[in-house]
Amino acid sequence: MSRTAPALSCVGVVKHYGSVLAVDGLDLHVHRGECFGLLGPNGAGKTTTIEILEGLLQPDRGEVEVLGQRWDRDATALRVRLGIQLQETQLAEKLTVAETLRLFRSFYPHGPTVGELLDTVELGSKRDAWVSKLSGGQKQRLSVACALAGSPELLFLDEPTTGLDPQSRRQLWEVLERFRAAGGTILITTHYMDEAHELCNRVGIMDQGKLIALGTPRELVASLGAEHVVEFAVAEDDIDDALLSALPGVRDVRRDQARLHLSTSELHLTVPALLDVLRQRDASLSQLGTHSATLEDVFVTLTGRQLRDE
Amino acid sequence: MLRRASRFRPLVELTRSRFREFWREPEAVFWVFAFPVIMTCALGIAFRTRGEEPVIAGVVELAGVDGIVETLTRAGFTVRRVAPDDVERALRDGRAPVVVVPGTPPVYRYDRARAESQVARLAVDAALQRAAGRTDTFTPVQQPIEVVGSRYIDWLVPGLLGMNIMGTGMWGVGFSIVQARQKKLLKRLIATPMSKADYLLSIVLSRLATLTLEVVIIIGFASVFFDVAVHGSVGLLAAVALLGAMSFGGLGLFVASRARTIEAVSGLMNLVMLPMWVLSGVFFASSNFPDAMQPFIRILPLTALNDALRAVVNEGVGVEALIPQIGTLGLWGVVSFALTVKLFRWQ
Repeated sequence: MSRTAPALSCVGVVKHYGSVLAVDGLDLHVHRGECFGLLGPNGAGKTTTIEILEGLLQPDRGEVEVLGQRWDRDATALRVRLGIQLQETQLAEKLTVAETLRLFRSFYPHGPTVGELLDTVELGSKRDAWVSKLSGGQKQRLSVACALAGSPELLFLDEPTTGLDPQSRRQLWEVLERFRAAGGTILITTHYMDEAHELCNRVGIMDQGKLIALGTPRELVASLGAEHVVEFAVAEDDIDDALLSALPGVRDVRRDQARLHLSTSELHLTVPALLDVLRQRDASLSQLGTHSATLEDVFVTLTGRQLRDE
Repeated sequence: MLRRASRFRPLVELTRSRFREFWREPEAVFWVFAFPVIMTCALGIAFRTRGEEPVIAGVVELAGVDGIVETLTRAGFTVRRVAPDDVERALRDGRAPVVVVPGTPPVYRYDRARAESQVARLAVDAALQRAAGRTDTFTPVQQPIEVVGSRYIDWLVPGLLGMNIMGTGMWGVGFSIVQARQKKLLKRLIATPMSKADYLLSIVLSRLATLTLEVVIIIGFASVFFDVAVHGSVGLLAAVALLGAMSFGGLGLFVASRARTIEAVSGLMNLVMLPMWVLSGVFFASSNFPDAMQPFIRILPLTALNDALRAVVNEGVGVEALIPQIGTLGLWGVVSFALTVKLFRWQ
């Protein structure tokens, strides 16, 4: 009936918790078959947003449409079409992996068998293990398998890889990649930039309840007008920002405590010029490094803050 | 047929999951099954009936003590000699319910507040008067009978069963719900198409299987080791136990409907259950409380359950005699379940 409608669309969504404004007039559209990443630091409103889209929270204002249906009218029909993974769920510890999947599978009218789900998330060898005996990565894959139990058209994932080791993260990405390759739509929240880069067709960057940037990862990085970032620190820091801005290729100068960050489109010109300036002023470098610009730099440039506060 | 089967599959799976979780929790299994058996055993031994027992009498060691001791011993008393300064202590600690102080006339010291003490005084008096020459005007025919179901253990076992049905119903239901809420499992479940009523129902239903075992173990144990007999129909006993379990299952759901932490729900559980442990006649009859309190005691679900269980086990009554109790239990169950559905906090 609504197979051609956009996977998600929300307009003017507002949500308060008491006097705190968690989501501040959010507009968002996600297309069928894409993996959309919602990025932002802790407290940006990502979880509130995703839970509104999942129908678990009521927005104070705004319109939400999921797969062409609305929570106030079609909740029951809609639940069958969605797969949801929540940030903090702890599944029953004393059920086995297969028992947990059988339970979740029983809620849906159609979907893969328990065996197929186990294969999808590569937990076949843990079939009869209690949930309490699984590693963090295995628990997350089980949680995703539960979300896949009803063959969802749209999969919601809230920080699925937080706290996982790199190998576990990669395993989970492969599961999601296969789901998307089979035509599924994904909305994922994360504060890992590499995750967004790897998985997402488009990302929206959230800060303080607002979407502050939207586009493909490549577009967003390109919007910096700079492909590289030079980071350095000097012993006696009396260098004028204006002087640095005037260096060839430099688009932006930022200070983060004792460190300076120069965004540049022409690394090969900027670095020699910087070294010349420092030599003239007898400033000795205590640190120097460069990296390709990332979504992290996009966020920092937009907000002046780091994505992760640790 | 296939459609029906799939309609009930979530309920079946939810119930099976609950049941598995229970059996994989050794502590829970202990409290449900071993604890009531240990209680029955301990109380059954402490309050066992020993047939006709000799009356105990104390005699103070003063001039004339030997004559009195001889008279009472011959009359079948168990006699204990008591030092003159030890009389009150002997009465207090139960060594002798009555103490005779030799003299002319002798003095009987006893405790008016204790029935046992009163009886011992009368028996001692009769024996001493007879020895002093009083004759009986007639010899009555003695006809001791054994009234079935009149021992303390007969009375106690249905009460213990009732208490256990309350305890496991409330804890079993309340704990698992609050735990699932705390772990955000409830929130995860309502993000699926699962029906909320199925979830609540599965928790009450999973009690059924444990309940059957509970009843069989407690009643079976009491009947094998203490000769407690079920005088009424076993079917009616099962039905009353089932109704009680549903009623307390509903109450457990209600108590757990909003609590966010295990500590909070524990406090609420105790608040609800403690008055019933005391008032509803588990270890001693609720008729010990003043008349003014009786209407309140009557409407408590555990009172209704204990009364009904005792009526079936000890008196062998039929279902028509249990209508007030069945009504009370049913009402508690229905009202608490309805309130739960309204108030329940899923996330």
